[in-house]
Amino acid sequence: MHSGTGTHEAHGHHGHHHQSFISKYIFSQDHKMIGKQFLITGITWAIIGGLFSVLFRLQLGFPGQTFPILETFFGRWAEGGVIKPEFYYALVTMHGTVLVFFVLTAGLSGTFANLLIPLQIGARDMASPFMNMLSYWFFFLASVVMLSSLFIQTGPASGGWTVYPPLSALGQASEGSKLGMDLWIVAMALFVVSSLLGGLNYIATILNMRTKGMSMTRLPLTIWALFFTAILGVLSFPVLLSGLILLLFDRNLGTSFYLSDIVVNGEILPNEGGSAILFQHLFWFLGHPEVYIIILPAMGMVSEVLSVNSRKPIFGYMAMVGSLFAITILAFLVWAHHMFVTGLNPFLGSVFVLLTLLIAVPSAIKVFNWITTIWRGSIRFHPATLFGIGFVSLFISGGLTGIFLGNSTIDIHIHDTMFVVAHFHIVMGVAGMFGMFAGIYHWFPKMFGRYLNNTLGFIHFWVTMIGAYLIFWPMHYQGLAGMPRRYMDKSIWVSFNQFGDLDKMITIVTIIVFAVQLMFVFNYFYSMFKGRKVTTTNPWGANTLEWTTPVNPGHGNWEGEIPEVHRWAYDYGKDGREFIPQTEPIGANESKH
Amino acid sequence: METFFIVAILTLGFLITFQIAKASEYVSVIRGEEKSRKQTNKVNAFMLLIFLIVGLIGVYYCNEQLKGKILGDPASDHGVLIDRMLYITIAITFIVFVLTQVALFWFSFKYQESDNRKPYYYPHNNRLEVIWTVIPAIALTVLVGFGIFYWFKITGPAPKGAMEVEVIGSQFKWEFRYPGKDGIFGKKYYKKTDGNNPLGQLWEDPANHDDIYIVGEPLHLVVNKPVHMIIGAKDVIHDVGLAHFRMKMDAVPGTPTRMWFTPTKTTKEMKKETGRSDFVYEISCDQMCGSGHWSMRGEIIVETQEEFDAWMAQQKPKYYAVFPDRDPSAPKTDTAANKTATAAVAGSN
Repeated sequence: MHSGTGTHEAHGHHGHHHQSFISKYIFSQDHKMIGKQFLITGITWAIIGGLFSVLFRLQLGFPGQTFPILETFFGRWAEGGVIKPEFYYALVTMHGTVLVFFVLTAGLSGTFANLLIPLQIGARDMASPFMNMLSYWFFFLASVVMLSSLFIQTGPASGGWTVYPPLSALGQASEGSKLGMDLWIVAMALFVVSSLLGGLNYIATILNMRTKGMSMTRLPLTIWALFFTAILGVLSFPVLLSGLILLLFDRNLGTSFYLSDIVVNGEILPNEGGSAILFQHLFWFLGHPEVYIIILPAMGMVSEVLSVNSRKPIFGYMAMVGSLFAITILAFLVWAHHMFVTGLNPFLGSVFVLLTLLIAVPSAIKVFNWITTIWRGSIRFHPATLFGIGFVSLFISGGLTGIFLGNSTIDIHIHDTMFVVAHFHIVMGVAGMFGMFAGIYHWFPKMFGRYLNNTLGFIHFWVTMIGAYLIFWPMHYQGLAGMPRRYMDKSIWVSFNQFGDLDKMITIVTIIVFAVQLMFVFNYFYSMFKGRKVTTTNPWGANTLEWTTPVNPGHGNWEGEIPEVHRWAYDYGKDGREFIPQTEPIGANESKH
Repeated sequence: METFFIVAILTLGFLITFQIAKASEYVSVIRGEEKSRKQTNKVNAFMLLIFLIVGLIGVYYCNEQLKGKILGDPASDHGVLIDRMLYITIAITFIVFVLTQVALFWFSFKYQESDNRKPYYYPHNNRLEVIWTVIPAIALTVLVGFGIFYWFKITGPAPKGAMEVEVIGSQFKWEFRYPGKDGIFGKKYYKKTDGNNPLGQLWEDPANHDDIYIVGEPLHLVVNKPVHMIIGAKDVIHDVGLAHFRMKMDAVPGTPTRMWFTPTKTTKEMKKETGRSDFVYEISCDQMCGSGHWSMRGEIIVETQEEFDAWMAQQKPKYYAVFPDRDPSAPKTDTAANKTATAAVAGSN
């Protein structure tokens, strides 16, 4: 398998055969096509999830105002053009679910793990292309179920994306906890299956299918990041699944895993002896690694993009790998920092403070290494580079506010306030999206053999960057004032109603930023068919293997033999040469690094 | 109609932007791609510098605008510790924030592509790696040290003599219970809950007979007297959020939780301090609890011991509301009814 000659025989000819539309575009087993399927499904979800945020921001920015158009579209959920509480909470819940899982997990790792792993390690496809196809179709099924839950009588899940029981377990407690919640659980179960099929495949492929000479220490950082991401997902998603299955039992079979001593709407429930907090442990055992599942691929791609476009090697390659590893280990040991105020044993709390703040060390290493990478470089500001720099800026800002929240003493005050919302949107939401955008702008030529329009890319970056800070920076102050998150109207509160103008400003900026994302989507689909054609195999002058394939690689990626690798991926600017591809043997007079 | 116009304008703006973008592609081909790429490179590098400068000014401006709106000084002893920890963290992180952001954007600007400079091949430097591993580690040790020290102070056992009060959340209201003269909360069992017994108190437990139940009214606390809250919930998870005291604790059905603090300012003092005649300590529900989550509001009045005693003297135990004839202060009317009530209690055992 190492030289790939065996598969080459089979695939080399395979490419010339006629492929039906269905086997090429729908039930494709080509990792590149599956990556595109993940991306396009992810983009679709991002539009839906983004639209949800615009709707609930309308309520937050202009409480009490009527928007008749909402009634036109949403009927009884927005009677008289006013967003009903049930509708508001359904929007908030689905926004979180969709963006965290369907966009930033499946859309991000699904896309780039599929696209980049075989191309960058020098393999013709994944270890199991069939499993890979299943992975997409389970994700598709999950999407269908989740989408259909939006259209049922009682509405979709509305207890927050964290679906804490008893709220999520009791249909009596909330409309969204009726059928919508069952569908949510089923959709997530399918999603977990998809993510496991994908993850196992990524790990197997990276470990077993690297081309000759591609030792682990020569892997590009994108691959390292995707490798650790897959490990995180494989180890933590099953825990979520088990938690959700217990929840399904509590909902439908009368068990008491999470339920105890409950009187809901005057109805006395028989359940005794369960623990509502147990669910939070199970949920966050996935939930915290989940944020790294989102951010690690973004980190990997940003490392690659910054190095290529600074025309300089990534600084501290081994430290970058080591810090990814450290983050992966620590990711499993910090979940209870989401639970400091649940009545957790204070001693246990203090242990989680220590472990949580420890993550700041590998994170700091990464930031300093990125900054040193661009230092004394020769930076080309493609949209991908800009999004990479934006990512680092946001990661710094959001990472530092994590030090506030991870410290239990401060967390007592700002837990579950708008401060949390601001923090995780910057460090995980927007930064994750920026990593994804950097990846899309950088690898679009590889995906479609065409370029995205640069001017639109620059507008996209600048509006999104400025907008993200305008939206989320001032939100920290709302949190410092103690304003709880998920409050749809603050007018009855004496302590929290002083931010009316701010909320209005945030809403207006949100609408503008959303409009610009639509412009990006337009750019994406337009350029897919009509964009400027790529004429050279290596448009960015990059070292990695994907740029040694033809402009539009067929199934099997390389027409001839898979190239052999002789060096790491980051020989930029070495010995006066602009770049030295990984496939070039080490020269006799070449200096050592 | 208005909507139509907005959509039309947006579409138009969209089309214009797109046409410009497309035209710029053609222009760059005509003018020479390399040349026009270098020019946009300069523009973007400059924009990054501007973003840094305007951004830092914006951070200052935002702080000036909003710092007056974040509740002022804390109103509890623990609040002082929490705010101190907050300011220590702000001081350390702000330095890091400015240094790293300045480095990031300044380097981006300074090391933009240039024909006069070759990129510097600099793959690693172990000493640098050690430096920026150790320095953050030291800073974080300081933060963890302070944090855990304060954390144990705040979450430690409540002092003896603290006033005890039970806070119960349910969709979407707060209920309170004082233990009464005996200082002991009577036992309760959730299956005994009914319209006349909202907390499910067991009336056969004599400790229940003097417990004071409050609903729909503010909770009263005594200034400078520690209060120990026993927190519970009836239906779903709620959270007792006390922004002015900087305190917070989840209310979990089936698992009682607790927290304690000492209020240091009376409501009257706070009215004076904030200059707001409508000032009131509020209890916010901080854990998503259903469609009325945003409106689950309670109030607290902090007053002097005398004021509190006067208020407490007016409160009647719930027991007497359920069994009016056992109320020693109420006139005895019918002994037969009294007997029936006793029988009912005995029967429920």
